[in-house]
Formats: sequence, structure tokens, C-alpha cells
Amino acid sequence: MSISVNNISKHFGAFTALDNISLDIPEGELVALLGPSGCGKTTLLRIIAGLEQADQGDVFLKGDKVTDQPVKNRQIGFVFQHYALFRHMTVFENVAFGLRVKPRRERLGEAIIRKKVHDLLSLVQLDWLHDRYPDQLSGGQRQRIALARALAVEPSVLLLDEPFGALDASVRKDLRQWLRNLHHDLNVTSIFVTHDQEEAMEVASQVVVLNHGRIEQQGAPGDIYDHPANAFVSRFIGQTNVFDLDEHDADWLQTVGLSMAQQKGKIAHVRPHDIVIEKSTHHSDAYVTLKDWQHLGSLIRIELVKSGVNGQAASVYAEMSNDQFRRLHLNRGDKVDLRIRHAHWFH
Amino acid sequence: MPQSNIMPGFRPAISFTLVYLALIVLIPLSAMLLKTFQLSLDEYWAILTNARVQASFRVSFGAALIAAVIAGVFGFIIAWSLVRYNFPGKRLFDALIDLPFALPTAVAGIVLATIYEPRGWIGKLVMDSTGIQIAYKPLGITFALIFIGLPFVVRTVEPVLQEFDTAMEEAAASLGATRLQAFVKVILPNILPATITGVALAFARGVGEYGSVIFIAGNMPYISEIVPLLIITKLEQYDYAGATAIGLTMLILSFLLLLLINGLQWWVRRRSGQL
Repeated sequence: MSISVNNISKHFGAFTALDNISLDIPEGELVALLGPSGCGKTTLLRIIAGLEQADQGDVFLKGDKVTDQPVKNRQIGFVFQHYALFRHMTVFENVAFGLRVKPRRERLGEAIIRKKVHDLLSLVQLDWLHDRYPDQLSGGQRQRIALARALAVEPSVLLLDEPFGALDASVRKDLRQWLRNLHHDLNVTSIFVTHDQEEAMEVASQVVVLNHGRIEQQGAPGDIYDHPANAFVSRFIGQTNVFDLDEHDADWLQTVGLSMAQQKGKIAHVRPHDIVIEKSTHHSDAYVTLKDWQHLGSLIRIELVKSGVNGQAASVYAEMSNDQFRRLHLNRGDKVDLRIRHAHWFH
Repeated sequence: MPQSNIMPGFRPAISFTLVYLALIVLIPLSAMLLKTFQLSLDEYWAILTNARVQASFRVSFGAALIAAVIAGVFGFIIAWSLVRYNFPGKRLFDALIDLPFALPTAVAGIVLATIYEPRGWIGKLVMDSTGIQIAYKPLGITFALIFIGLPFVVRTVEPVLQEFDTAMEEAAASLGATRLQAFVKVILPNILPATITGVALAFARGVGEYGSVIFIAGNMPYISEIVPLLIITKLEQYDYAGATAIGLTMLILSFLLLLLINGLQWWVRRRSGQL
């Protein structure tokens, strides 16, 4: 195990930020700590780094207990949410900082430091900015410099706090891919914190879903998506339609092809792509009305309105490919037949 | 108007500024300049090279400079404590900092003189233990000027320290820096420009300070006589031209020193990437 935390708890006054968390992260993984804001994910990251002290529990890095070690002895690289670059230093000096503050007998020669910093700057593709100051860089550039600075000390683990949080959407997309590739090349065990499930699914090899200071589920992105452990995870990861059997949805679900024999709870979560729609051919009870649709690139998200038993309308979302949708020749207001292929049941 | 300004009110604003500057600053200063022209260059030079005048310049500028630097160090520490730590009575302490601003300077001077004179509370203590006399010496002047200059430093450093991103400190620690290294390499360079501004303000105020100094200074010619006092003395002897000559020289020296400090500040800011 590269990173282990055992029974970590942390309180801020009456608020419980982390409630008895245990987590093992094997060598070389790129792990996302995913959760809504206030779920304790940043606190957990800061405790692993040593920037925050846990009320209880232990942290192990590479098998060594570091619970009582200050951050500077933990051999970690930390990338801050707003980068925390040293404003008064050039990009070069920022990256060189970790090498220059080493005790004299461990310190490298000036020529080696220079070479190392330039290598790192080339790695993040920003060597041409080496004499600029942080205030003169764009958000994405600052982010990459912050990463190069953290990597300069050759950390045994890399911790990133909302690494893409402050960037605009297109830069964020590029950087995600870039971080994944970089991790692949360097293979340093990394944890990043995010509240964006798409980002977690796209970048991480392992996702840890947190809520209210507890771990809800841990696993590969695909596993978590296909087999959510509970209603919170199902709802938080990806889009989902929620049908509550107490609200007279049971009969309706049976007519759209969901066998009640498989029922394992009172609430059915149905992913939009598990809903198949067709143009209504006959006047069945199951029909729903097509209200609108949105283009999501290769997919179309279709908003359907189902009239409930006592006249309330409820929205149901389905997704299908552009081609499929075009072939159906549907217009707004059309009646459609609907079939549910699969549901996750929760209590 | 060939083109309209985006910011409205340019004319009234600039007119007001110019009238104000003229009435309050330029006209009085020009009057002083004109008065000095009543003297010939030789007379002017004779006044300036007078040993007593030169001694007073040394006392005034020397004490103000030393006091400003000491106030810079103390003020930094006080601002640091106020921003970084919580302690009982912090708000009261915070309010006390501004007292030298509000207190009539003569009152401050009398109080300081009473306490630091050889028979005063603290003066006696220092006298008995070290044999150093504070009041009625240049040392006393420096003490008074530290008192006067301190709030300038605290109030300029405090907001900058408050705004300082503590994540930078955490970043330094995560990169292996000790607390001392983080302070010297990360915190200090970011706070230094504000500290220099505070020191410059304290210095400018200290050079011209009169009320709080004359009571503790002892006012002995050649030893503890400050320039403002010398000007008053000349005025009392109806030597208006002599008084303005000294005043003008002081003005020029202060201006040059402030220019120097501004240059120093520009250099620090530039070196720390804030320009």
C-alpha cells in the first residue's frame, strides 16, 4: 500500500468533517476523492498531506506511520486549489524552491538544479515561460507550474486539491487528459479531490465517493457507474431517473417492461440510456409525451413527460445516439412508447 | 470636446484637485521659497553651515531615521501578532495602536518625558540598572519618534499581511522548507514593500515632529535640539528669513529622502514581481 489511512476522524466544533475513515491506495494508482462540497474530501487530503491534524486515526505513507510528522518531512507533493505559486519569484525560482531549501549537505549543485528545473518545465511544456512571474500566466499555465513545482522534490505521493476547479471548461478538458498521460508516464501514486463526477470518471483509475464524512463506495469508475452501492452514489454518478414505488409508480413500471420479480427495494433508479423509446403505434396506457430534447454531442437527451395517476406530470430523461433519434422522426408533443431495460433498486 | 471620456466628471475633479493643491500646498511653499530669496546665496550658506544648525539637522534626521527603522521592526511584529494570533483583549489592543494618531502630540510628549526622565517610572529603572539616561538626550527623541511612528507601520503592514495567501506558506512547507525558510523566502518578500511604505511614512512624520519631542528632548543646542525647534527659535527672534532658509532646506532634504525611499520601494516591488 502506498497510502493508508486508518480510522481517521476530524471534527470542526460540532461539525463532523470525517467520520472514521479507512482507505488503502495501492502503489501507482490515480485516485479521485469525489463528493459534494462539505463532504470532507479536501480535509482528508490535507490530513494525508499533514497540513491538518486528525482528531483520531493514523496515516501511513509507503508503510511508514507519518501521523506525527510535519508536512515538510512527509515527502509529498501538494498542488493547491488556487496554485499558491510564490508571487515574488519567477516561474523558474518557483520550481527550484523545493531544491533550494534542502539542507546544505543534501542540496544539489546549481548546475544540476538548473538542468532539473528546465527538464521539469519542459515536462509541463512551459520552459519558454521560465522568467515570467505567476501573475503574468494564465490559469492553466499556473496549474502546470504548480504541478512542476510539486514534482521537483520527487515526492512519493502527489496530492492535488481540486486541480481543475478554477479553470474554464475547454482548458479543463485538455488538462484532464494531460494529467492522465503524465501520471501514466511518471507512475507516482496520486490523489486528487474533485466534486465533478465526470472529471473523476475520466481521469481516475480508482474513485472514492465521499458523503457526510463517510466513504460511500470505492472502486474503478466503471464498477461504480454500473453497480452503485447505494442511492446516493447512483444519483451522484451520472444522470438517473428516480421512481418511487410508494408514489404509485409500481403499476406503470410493470407496463414499461420492468419485472417486479427483480424488485429489491422501494426505489428504482434508471439510467437514461436504459430507457428505449419508440413512436407510439397504439393507444396504450404507457404512453408518455415528448417534451423537448438537447444535443449533448454524440448523444441526444430527450425530456419526456409522464402523466401520473392523479394528474401530476413527472419528467423522465432518456438518452440515445443522434442517428437513432433521427430515424424515429419524432417531434415535440408526440406520444411515445417507452421501455425500461434495466433498473437499480434501492431501499 | 474631440472625444468624450468614459469616466464622467473629469473637469470638476481635476479643477478641484488643482485648486486644493495650490491653496494648501503650492502657495504656502512658494511663499516660503520667496521669503528665502530675500537672502543672498552667501547669507543662506552662512545660515546652513552654522554648527548649531548642522547639529540640529543631524539630530532630527538621524533620530527620525533610527526611530522609523525600529518602528518598522516593532510595527511588523505587532501587525503580525494582530493578524496571526488570537489573544484576549485583542480588539482593545488594536484600538490602542491608533492612540498616537489621536492624542495631542504635546500630551504624548509630556507623558513620555515624565515616564522616561531619570526620576520617572521607567527612566529610573533603566538608569539604575544600566546607567543609561533616556530623556533629555537624543535617545529620548528617538523614543518619542518611535511612539509617533509605530501606528504608521502597523496600519500599512496589517492589511497586506491579512491578504497574504497562507497557502503559499503551506506550499513552502510541503516543498520541505523550515518555518524560518518559509518566513524569510516567502512571507518577508511579500510584506517588505508595505513595511518600507510604513517606515517612509514614520520617517516623514518623525522629521517634522515637534510637540511630542520638545518635552523629552531637553533641547540642548548641539546635542538634542531638533530642526523644528530651531525654526521656532529663529521666529521668536524675528529672523524670518533665517527660519525659512532652514525650513526650505528641510523640505528639500525630506523630498529627496522620500524620493529615495520610493525608488527603493520600486526596486523591491520589481524584484518581487509585483510590477
